[in-house]
Amino acid sequence: MAQKYQKVAYYPGCALEGSGHAYDRSTRALGKALGLDLVEVKNWNCCGAMEVKNVDPKLQTYLSSRVMSIAAKEMGFDAVMAPCNGCYHNLKKAEYDLADDQESRDVVGKLSEAAGHAAYQAGNLETIHALDWIKEAIGEDGLGERVKNSLKGLRVANYYGCMYTRPRHIFPEKDQGAGSESTSQPHFMDDLLAAAGAVNVDYPLKTACCGGAHTLSDSDISTKLVLNLLQTAEAAGAEVIATECPTCHTGLEMHQVRAEKMLGVKTTVKVLYFTQLLGLALGLKPRKVGVHENISDSIGFLKEKGLA
Amino acid sequence: MPIHEKSLIRPENLHVHEELEIDGVDVSGHWSTFIGSRVVTDYNEDLEEEIAALPGGEHIHRCWQCGSCTNSCTVYAVNEDFNPRYWIYLIRIGMEEELLRDGDIIWQCVSCNKCTYACPRDVAPEGVMKATAHWLELKGHRPKSPSILFDEVFSEQVFATGKIEEGRIVRDFFRRTSQPLVQEWLVEMVRRMVRHLPLKQLMTMGWFTILRPRTRGWGRARAAIAEHVAEEEARRRAALGLVDKATE
Repeated sequence: MAQKYQKVAYYPGCALEGSGHAYDRSTRALGKALGLDLVEVKNWNCCGAMEVKNVDPKLQTYLSSRVMSIAAKEMGFDAVMAPCNGCYHNLKKAEYDLADDQESRDVVGKLSEAAGHAAYQAGNLETIHALDWIKEAIGEDGLGERVKNSLKGLRVANYYGCMYTRPRHIFPEKDQGAGSESTSQPHFMDDLLAAAGAVNVDYPLKTACCGGAHTLSDSDISTKLVLNLLQTAEAAGAEVIATECPTCHTGLEMHQVRAEKMLGVKTTVKVLYFTQLLGLALGLKPRKVGVHENISDSIGFLKEKGLA
Repeated sequence: MPIHEKSLIRPENLHVHEELEIDGVDVSGHWSTFIGSRVVTDYNEDLEEEIAALPGGEHIHRCWQCGSCTNSCTVYAVNEDFNPRYWIYLIRIGMEEELLRDGDIIWQCVSCNKCTYACPRDVAPEGVMKATAHWLELKGHRPKSPSILFDEVFSEQVFATGKIEEGRIVRDFFRRTSQPLVQEWLVEMVRRMVRHLPLKQLMTMGWFTILRPRTRGWGRARAAIAEHVAEEEARRRAALGLVDKATE
């Protein structure tokens, strides 16, 4: 029985306080239901998302390093869990840069000192995603034993997005053979949802891009990309797209509406966070996992399926 | 996906004559298209170094033109004019004027990093796209793109308070790009977003917008970041040979 990650630092990030609140709610509810301890990083700041790096990549490294410094040096944790792909990606990127690049260490050292906190050093902390967290701390077997309300063959397309697997070099633990996550064919979400009773459809766009970085600045391209993701999921026979990133999730929901209004193309596939689906399988009520907070209305659908 | 290659022959230099006879030989029609001669005299020999001096462009010299970037590109699949390999080629040989002809779309890179994943030479083409977009704006060839304006609105909030508030980002961005906030699809999205929310949560969201989330004790970090930004800006301008008016 896996005993790793029973108690980890939790970094929700800005999106989970806003548009991705359902992801925060369902992640916390899932931890509670599974008996896993999440301790929120104290007085955290934004990791820099996808924007600060375009102003200056070193500042993104600093912002992410401050979060890791608090988790490791002030709170004494050896692992921090970030459910948001953007946060997860940036913390991983900062870890890589600080191990690899003297200039990044210099900038982080200088800014940390000026800001009045300990500088983070590579190796102080391990950054994990919510998928790693459930996979390691509970595992498929453990999850299977705890399922009270099986997903009963719900047909799911698993959508991982860009930031969870690319670029490869910032994820040294991936692509390490059996048991590890794959950057070309990720499967952790598939594994967990299958353990909860879902049927994973063959979805070729698991790591395709939703255009999240330009969701407002170049909306037409985002709508095109999202529509492709939605229609391909429907063609693959999926009833639900399972997500693991608030930017992807909101992007899918937002451009599903935009495609309907601007292009007159309606798609009916539902969009739910994987934590929401796992929570429902553990017998939690839809409200407990924030289904009412999603833009994509799946309440009626879940009732029909006997999951609500 | 096959890569549609762009020719360095400009369309306006291709001449087809419906009826033309030269020295008694009929050369009418497409079979004898004439190419107007062009002498390129405007090479920017420093172009590669200028791009390499901006964040993300550091490894452009490694490129050996395999085309994996364009082949894997998300935006290329939507628009065949979006061709990272071609732009890297132009930058490396200094053909600035050709590069400027695509100056209006280079900012459209969505940072999906498929190119960086596929590149066998660790060029990090995604970074090169961002460096090139910055270069176009710093040199005054292009106005600030919507993408850069969004990055700036976002970063300003992070630098000011340590955190962002999404509603404010959307409002500030729409204001800065002179777009109306009331657009049919946005209104519909908000309607769907709030329809199941209990009143208490709506009120909390409202307060959040007014109070703004912030990191406590952020003042010293804010000052340190501002100083870093100013230093970095001066470094970039110097690298591109742009002399500040103030120091002139």
